[in-house]
Amino acid sequence: MTSANAVPRTSWLRRLWSLPTGAFGIVVVAVLLTTALVSLFWTPFDPRSADVAGRWAAPGWPHLLGTDATGRDLLSLLMAGARTTVLVAVGAGVLATVVGLALAALGALTSRWVRESVAVLVDILIAFPVLIIAMMISAVWGGSLWVVVWAVGIGFGVSIARVSRPELRRVLHSEFVVAARAAGLTPFQILVRHLLPNVAPVFIVQLSWGMAVAVLAEAGLSYLGVGAPVTDASWGVLLADLQRYLTVYPLTVIAPGLAITLTVLGFNLLGDGLREATDPTLSPRTGSARRARTHVPEVVS
Amino acid sequence: MSLEVRDLVVDIGGRRVVDGVSFDVPDGARLGIIGESGSGKSLTALALLGLLPDDATATGSIRWHGREILGLADRELAALRGAELGIVFQEPQTALNPIRTVGRQIIAAPRIHERLPRRDRRARAIAEAERVRLPDPARLIDRYPHQLSGGQRQRVAIAVALAAHPRLLVADEPTTALDVTIQAEILDLLRALVTDAGMSLVFITHDLAVLSQIATSAIVLEHGRVVEAGPVAQLLSSPRSPVTQGLLRDATATLWRPAPGPGTGGGA
Repeated sequence: MTSANAVPRTSWLRRLWSLPTGAFGIVVVAVLLTTALVSLFWTPFDPRSADVAGRWAAPGWPHLLGTDATGRDLLSLLMAGARTTVLVAVGAGVLATVVGLALAALGALTSRWVRESVAVLVDILIAFPVLIIAMMISAVWGGSLWVVVWAVGIGFGVSIARVSRPELRRVLHSEFVVAARAAGLTPFQILVRHLLPNVAPVFIVQLSWGMAVAVLAEAGLSYLGVGAPVTDASWGVLLADLQRYLTVYPLTVIAPGLAITLTVLGFNLLGDGLREATDPTLSPRTGSARRARTHVPEVVS
Repeated sequence: MSLEVRDLVVDIGGRRVVDGVSFDVPDGARLGIIGESGSGKSLTALALLGLLPDDATATGSIRWHGREILGLADRELAALRGAELGIVFQEPQTALNPIRTVGRQIIAAPRIHERLPRRDRRARAIAEAERVRLPDPARLIDRYPHQLSGGQRQRVAIAVALAAHPRLLVADEPTTALDVTIQAEILDLLRALVTDAGMSLVFITHDLAVLSQIATSAIVLEHGRVVEAGPVAQLLSSPRSPVTQGLLRDATATLWRPAPGPGTGGGA
């Protein structure tokens, strides 16, 4: 702990945990990841095995959340569906990051003609709604999870680029970047130390929103029958399935509906929390920072 | 002669903002560049470190210990910046990265130019903060710029510029954004630092009163041209150009104008 940059690094996770939004987000994402992981090795029942005799079992023992029309265990189906959700959220998130940062960098750091062209391209692309594109793709090539990942990934990559680019331009022209050049930093060092950290807050919020939409889009597209194939475990497929019997067994849709809602909310709040926790000017929550604020008058130099 | 500027011309978007400026800064000298806003003094300062904006073109010659700076490749410029040439800007609020601790910003230049190992960085940051007389440096280097006062921020900005011990410091209106009492402290600090290290100083200002406290000689700019040059004492006692006379009137006005309102009599 002797280096000057060791101290503030460790505290942002703690700061995130201390925020209600951050704590909620962490818990939701942790539960989701754990569930997806556990479902790889163990679920209470085989999510695919039908049991016609035990169909429409009420929540209780041994089927904690009950069973569906073919006697499949709902809890097991939900757990297996979490895998799909994680896959889509992470896949779309990674793709959106790559596409978004690449487009933002091209649109902000290159020569004038390139960056203006990229800006126009982004403005055009952003006019296409993600879900419509996903439906068009899957209508032509058939539904699969990858359609969702690609559609949401590229769609949100574009909108990340849209909001990151002006931010990047603003930071690029700020005096501290000139000061960093004056200290002898190379363009790459300036990018890593000054540009990206200052763009991160905007970027994180967009990314978390993108991942939330990916979850929603997967569920929505699967519900519409153009996402995950019906043989795959997916919250959207499950919801579509159960919804057909809504008038007879209305309570069964609560569990998958709640799972989708909480996950989307969790991603969003995690993004909000992350933004606040990583920006020292937004939340000076550490004791020393607060003391510095109250005890050092502005005029004392 | 450590710094020689000859016929420096800077154009931005077809407009000539610096028009044939020449001056010399011997080792250890403190040169002032004074002029009203728009006279091209800040761009002259930026040109000295090769920091002109992308759409600006510069011709002429800027020699640093015989070596031509103008037209030098970025990589070679980066090696000079911070190590041999440092700059302090007018507004410490914007010249510091808001989301990086003060200590990490101070050691940026030594990290690059001296390959300062990780374990030595903290001690070095404290030492450099001490050098600019920041209070409680061991704790202060872990703070962020918004947690400091304006005067402290400017001290940090000076520490950033001087951390790798350059031989020439360019100060672009470093006291303009500060309170009058803090202005005096920063000027004292700059003078002491420059004298102690035997550095040369190029000090840019629009205020002859400030200039007289720090520079020994000065050039006066108007519309990008040098209209007068000489020792500061001479500019103060017998200004020849109308620009200098105007600046002198402004300076004496701020010094002697009575403060408005009842009570205290003298301003400044």
